[in-house]
This record gives sequence, C-alpha cells and structure tokens, in this order.
Amino acid sequence: MAAQGSSGVKNIAKIVAKRVVSAFITLFLVSAVIFTISGLLPGDAAQELLGQSATQEQVEALREEMGLNRPALVRYGDWLTAIVKGDPGYSYVANMPVSQIISTRLPNTLLLAALATLVSVPLALLIGITAAIRRGTTVDRSLNILTLSLVAMPEFLIATLFVLAFSVKLLWLPSIALVSPEATWSETMRSIALPVLSLAVVVVAQMARMTRAAVADQLDRPYVEMARLKGVPFPRIVLQHVMPNAVGPVINAMALSLSYLMGGAIIVETIFNYPGLASLMVNAVTSRDMALLQSCAMIFCAAYLAMMLVADIVAILANPRLRA
Amino acid sequence: MSDAQVEVRNLQIDVATPGGGRKAIVSDISFEIPKGEVLALIGESGSGKTTIALSLMGHSRFGAHIAADVIRVGEHRIDTLDDRGLASLRGRRISYIAQSAAAAFNPSRTIMAQVIEPLLVHKLATRKEAETRAIELFRSLALPSPDTIGARYPHQVSGGQLQRLMAAMALITKPELVILDEPTTALDVTTQVEVLKTFKRAIAEVGATAVYVSHDLAVVAQVADRIVVLKDGRMCESGPAATVLEAPADDYTRSLLAAGNRTHDMPEAVAGAVKLEVRDILAGYGRIRDGRPAIPVLSDVGFTLERGAAIGVIGESGSGKSTLARVIAGILPAASGSIVLDGQELAPAMDNRSREDLRRIQFVFQNADTALNPAHTVGETLARPLAFYHGLKGADAEARVDELLDLIHLPREMASRRSAELSGGQKQRVNLARALAADPEVLICDEVTSALDTVVGEAILQLIDDLRRNLGIATVFISHDISTVHAFCDKLLVLYSGTAVELAARADFTGAAHHPYTRLLVDSVPQMDRGWLDRQVSEQATSLADLRLIPGLCRFAPRCPVAIAGTCDVLPPPYRTEGTLTVLCHHPIDALTKEDVIA
Repeated sequence: MAAQGSSGVKNIAKIVAKRVVSAFITLFLVSAVIFTISGLLPGDAAQELLGQSATQEQVEALREEMGLNRPALVRYGDWLTAIVKGDPGYSYVANMPVSQIISTRLPNTLLLAALATLVSVPLALLIGITAAIRRGTTVDRSLNILTLSLVAMPEFLIATLFVLAFSVKLLWLPSIALVSPEATWSETMRSIALPVLSLAVVVVAQMARMTRAAVADQLDRPYVEMARLKGVPFPRIVLQHVMPNAVGPVINAMALSLSYLMGGAIIVETIFNYPGLASLMVNAVTSRDMALLQSCAMIFCAAYLAMMLVADIVAILANPRLRA
Repeated sequence: MSDAQVEVRNLQIDVATPGGGRKAIVSDISFEIPKGEVLALIGESGSGKTTIALSLMGHSRFGAHIAADVIRVGEHRIDTLDDRGLASLRGRRISYIAQSAAAAFNPSRTIMAQVIEPLLVHKLATRKEAETRAIELFRSLALPSPDTIGARYPHQVSGGQLQRLMAAMALITKPELVILDEPTTALDVTTQVEVLKTFKRAIAEVGATAVYVSHDLAVVAQVADRIVVLKDGRMCESGPAATVLEAPADDYTRSLLAAGNRTHDMPEAVAGAVKLEVRDILAGYGRIRDGRPAIPVLSDVGFTLERGAAIGVIGESGSGKSTLARVIAGILPAASGSIVLDGQELAPAMDNRSREDLRRIQFVFQNADTALNPAHTVGETLARPLAFYHGLKGADAEARVDELLDLIHLPREMASRRSAELSGGQKQRVNLARALAADPEVLICDEVTSALDTVVGEAILQLIDDLRRNLGIATVFISHDISTVHAFCDKLLVLYSGTAVELAARADFTGAAHHPYTRLLVDSVPQMDRGWLDRQVSEQATSLADLRLIPGLCRFAPRCPVAIAGTCDVLPPPYRTEGTLTVLCHHPIDALTKEDVIA
C-alpha cells in the first residue's frame, strides 16, 4: 500500500506539472497575440505624444529615439524579456513607469474581485444545491426563473437598477465608488458595496446553474440510493457523498465565471466610476499607451489562466482515479 | 400477527402515469419469511421483484407509492413508519446489497469510509471499533489483504471483491434482514461461485433473514429456502424452494425452468467449404511498435469457420473476446495476423476495406438500446443498409424491409414504429435484421442475449440458429455463457487472458478431455440441483499462485489446479492437437480427462 500511495503522489505530481507547463506555454502564445494585436492598432505612442500638429519628421525622429522603428520581432523579444524580469516598461503617455500606474489600480481590482467572490461563491453553492435537491418542486422552478432572468439581464441594467434603488430612492449607499487610501475600512466597504453586489449578481446566476446541473447529475447515481438505504441522513449524503464527486465540474464552472471578475468588470467600473484595471486598459487603448495596454492584457490573461489551472488541479485532486 | 420474522400482506405499489392517473406496477403480494430463512423473489425484468424487495425498506423509485395491509420486519411496521423511522432502520436492522457494486460504491471515497458508514451514522460504534470490525469482516469474507484493502478506492479492486466488500458494508451492523438484489448477476461465472458461497456463509453466520432477488433459477436453487415467482407484478407461485423447483404448479414457473434446463439435442453440425479464416491474430490498444501494440490483448488467436457454421467464443470479462470480434470486423485493426474471407485476405482496418467487403461481414451489437437510433422508425433503420450496400430505394426497399421483418418474425406493421417503442426482445430482432439487410456472409454476434431475459434470449438464439443454417451465414458467437455456446455452436474457442486455450469441435464438447480452464468454466455454471453449490470445492490456489507471469507462459497457470511446478512456470505451453481438439497446455490431451489429472 505504501508503494501504491507514493506512486499515486508521483502520478499526480506528473499530471499537475504537465498542466502547469501547458499553462505557461499558453501564456507565452497569448503574449505573442497581445503584442501582435496591439501593433495592429492605428497610430503609436510617438504620434500620440506629439499630437496632431507634429510633422512627419518629428514623429520619425521620436520613433527612432523610442526604438519603435526596430523590427517587430526584436521589439517583442525585448518586451517579453522585460516582462519576465518584472519590468513592464515605461508609459510615455502618463510619463511614469507602467508598474507604478498598475500598482495604484491592481489592488482596487483585486479587492473588488475578492469581495465579489466571497459573496457569490457561497450564494451560488447554496442556490445550486438547494435547486438540485428540490428538483421539480416550486423552489427549484422559482430559483430557475430567478437565475435565468439574472443571466439574461445585462449588467449595466442591474447596476443602474441598484443605483436607483439603493442610492437614489433609499439613500443607503453611495452611487460612486471613491476609493482613497485615507478612507477607513468601513467607508471603503460602503463605497464599493454596490459594485460588488452588481458583479456578484452577474456571476452567481451562472455558477448556481452549473452547480445545480452537476449536483443533480450526481444525485441520480446508484451510490446515492445506496447511501439512503444505509440510513445516511440526507444532508450528509449531499456533503460527503455527492459534493466530492460534483466538485470537479463545479470548480470549473466557478473558475470560468470568476475569471470574468478580473477583466470583464469594465461596465461596472464605468458606472460606479471605480478606479480599477479594466477602465485603465480602456484608457490605454484610446491614448495608444501600448506598454500599459499590453501589461493590462497580460495581467487579465494570466489571471484567467491561473483560475483555469487552479480549477484543473482541484479536479485532478478530487478524482481518486488520478489521485491514487 | 404471525411469528414470522418478515411479513408482507396485500402489498400494492403504483406509479403516476403521464395522463395523471395511477397504475399499479405490483399488486396482491403477500408472503412471510421465518427467522433465518432465505426467500427468493424470482422473475424477469419488469416483474417487480426489485420494487417489492425495496418496499421492505420503505423505499421506492421514481415516486412510486407503496400501500399494504402489513409490511413488518421483526417488531417494526415498515408501512406505518415516517422517514425518520425508516432512516433509523435502514443500514442498521435492514440492509441492502445492490446488483452492481461498481455503481453502488461512491467512486471518490475510500472503501473503508463507506463500509463503516452504517455503524457511524447509527452511532453504533466509534470509528476505531468500526474499522476493527470491518477488518474482521473482510477477513471472514476471504478478501485479500484485509488489513489494508479498506484504504483503497472502489476502482482499485476487482468486481468480485467489490461485491464482497458490499456484503461487508451490509453485514457490519449485524442486520436482521438482508436484501440481495441480483448480487452476482454482473460477475463472471467463475467469480460467481466464490461470491455465492461467501454470501451464503456470511449471512448464516450473522443469523440474518434474507430476501434474494434474481432472474436465475439455478442460482436461486442454491441459496433459497422459499421461492416467490413473479410475473408482471403479480405472484404466480410461492412455496418452499424444493416444491417450486421440483414440482412447479404454475405454467410460467415451468417455462422458466425449461429455459434453464436446456436440452442439448440439436441438428447435425454444419460442415462445408471454409468461409472465414482467422490466423495468428495479435491485437491490442495503444500505439503499435515493432508489430506489437502498447497494451496487447490478443496473442496468437486463430480459427476457421465454414459456411453456415457457428463458432462460439467464450471467456470471462477481459479475456479479449469482444476485441477479437472488433478485429474481425476491422473496427480495431490487428497488429499482425490475417483475416481471410473466401481465400482472399482482407485489409486489417475497416477504412481500407471496400464497401463490398464491409457488406460481407456484419456486426450485431450487444445492446440494441444504444445500437438503434431511437428517433428512427424500424423501416428507416432497415432501409439505410439497403440503400448503402444494395442501392435499393422506394418500393424495392419497402418490399425488402417486409421480407426482413418476416425473416425475424415481426409483423410487417412494425416498420412504421419507432425503435424506442419496442420491447427489448423486439429491438434485438430489429438489430439483427439491420445486419441481415446487408446480406452478410459472416455475422458477428457480440453477447446479443446478455441484456435479455432468459425466455426472450432463448428465442433470439433459436432465430439466429435457423437463419445461419438456412441462409448459410458463418456466425461468430461471442458469449460469456458456455451453456449457450454448447447448445448453439458447431465449434468452441475458449479465450483466457487473450490466448486461445482451447479450440474444439462439437464432438469434443461432451468429450472427457478439456483444458483445465474450460473445465473450470463448465463446473462453475450453477445447476438446478439444490446441493450443487455445497459440493463445489473452492478454487485451489496452487503453488504457482504468486507466479509473476513472464510473457509466453501459460496465463492460467496461477489459477490452474493441475499446474506443474517447474514446468508451467518455466516453459511456454505447447499447442496439443488430437483430432478436432486443440488445447494450449503442458499436459498431454490424454491426461486432461477428468479422472486422470493428478493434482
């Protein structure tokens, strides 16, 4: 048995290592795509810096100076090496290092995403599992209608409705999420409550539906009937028998939904004027701030890949055929 | 109130119909079981036997409603208990052993966690005590490495072991009633004997009363004290096992007994020109390197088959019999060896065979439910191969569909029915007709009756037998049931772990000489005779049981009761031929007759 155990660990280490390597390869390919696409945008930093009145010669000279005239492959090589070393470059538009710009925005985005996750995951699990174990009842149908309407509703509408209800009518919460370093913890919470709620509502619906499907599928398995016939109480059946088998698909669905919280929050950020990464990236596009744009894109893609990686690893660990 | 341990009076179970009404699936069921006796509920699929057994635990599937004057187990009135009361009895006083242990065990929890769960949820023992008791049970159920087997996951043990582990799970609380739902049906025949014996002994040790659900009279004859025969949710007959088996009062019971006691008088064996020749097949899965697949399944398998003749290929699960069928059909190309049809070698892979070659070899799949498109009508299903192979369309095709339906003894009106509306036996007939539509010269039947009830399956076998004789179709008959093969085939090929251990003609079936594995298979088939199981000696582990098998050595040696130390574990076995019989064994054929072999 000991030998079997260690071979299981070895086996799993191999599978996980494979997944990690493939995640890095994907990230590398993504970096090439990002670089290519940002190169396709009309205009460049030199043109943007000098403005409309600049002559062609001035632009050329600045390009030469900024190294924008070198072949794309060389620039890509330099950029990639710098990124790997942790230096995302210099923003000529804002006239400061990209790392500095991002460091003011990234914590905001992470805070928003983390709080939205904290609210949405338990809620989604609760709704999904309740609907699954009450299949075919009124409870299931009402939850189904609720989640379907939430999935169908665009998030700007949800956010606007929240503002109308909580800020305009009830005057409970501020409609603009001003985050300042001086604000106290409770002030920060109050100010980002609405963005968090709006985001959570969007992802809860998707996650709850996937959870319901995964749990319902397991509830039909013969081992569930067997557990009932052993006299196992139903809550214990759900937690100890069904969930270990449903966790793989559930985690995957959650990772897909949650990865949206990092990059897809742009509309919510705009509505609440929240200083996050997504709005930063949109600004970078309009101002042709390539270094900033590429860094933001890389962060979003890396976050997405990390989520997928975590989901895959959890699924592997949850499967005894792979684990042991 | 009677003094029986279990009492059921006037049980009725109904389900909601789509129309909003209710339909009885089981009615007028009454029986009693004295303490410590085994009652068998016997019947075909749809007879309500599992439904009745589960009602003793107050459990019903698909929202069925249980009503009865009395359902009593010991002092508990199951019919009046609420959910809490039922839950407190389940797994403690009444326990359940399911048909498929592979499905009934949770794949992601260890065996130990699941076996001791009844003790823990009913708070009968601490975890430590429970584990000790489980290990004792594992030992008494003759499970290998009882101290550590609990740490494994269900996929890490064999089917027979898992079934015994489920018995441990059921018996760990020393219940007063055990319900066994076809507990050996999914097992190989050689494994079934061991599991049956273990169950019988273990239940007797606990002193439990038992309900044994089965479709197999011969198995029931070994374990039951009383028998209730069911048909369409009603009782046909009930009484002591000896009476029901030896002097059945009901016609239906008699027909069940007749299907079990198959008579062996058959028409002459077919002999004629060789139609199909399969030579030295080496095949398996994974990438083929140097002519060897990564995971070899079949090695050195071959046979010849005459026009209109049938060869039975038998072996337990994993022996490679389905792989052989797939190799002949070209679904799985062989790594080496050849398939010769009418003297002409066929391409190994289906993709490289001409449409004409494909037409000549047809496959009948095991499961008609999945092989037939449920959205197509029978006519559409049959018209496809007619158009594909023969270019038949319109009225010609319809006429041929009618002929095919006549051939399989189904009314012509069936052509407009969807296959989902047919019964299991009818579906299998259509599945057969689909293959016949191509006018095949070779028909491969892969376990075509194993999903069917005995009586229905028997009719299908008879149909295939008539068709291959009348139409001259060479038939390869894959089966795990040696008695079927004996009754319907002209030749027999016995596979063990991918090697052909015996090739015999009909005349040799009843002969005295057989490969030791063939003998084990034959001896493992339960007989109606009630003392049969008790006479079976346990499979003897030989001195070679721990043998690490070197490729080329006899694969059966570790289980072989007559293995020769110093020979079987050193030298590859030779093929020995005498007349039409070939065996792969170190013993000369003369020595393989039953009396002469000296262990």
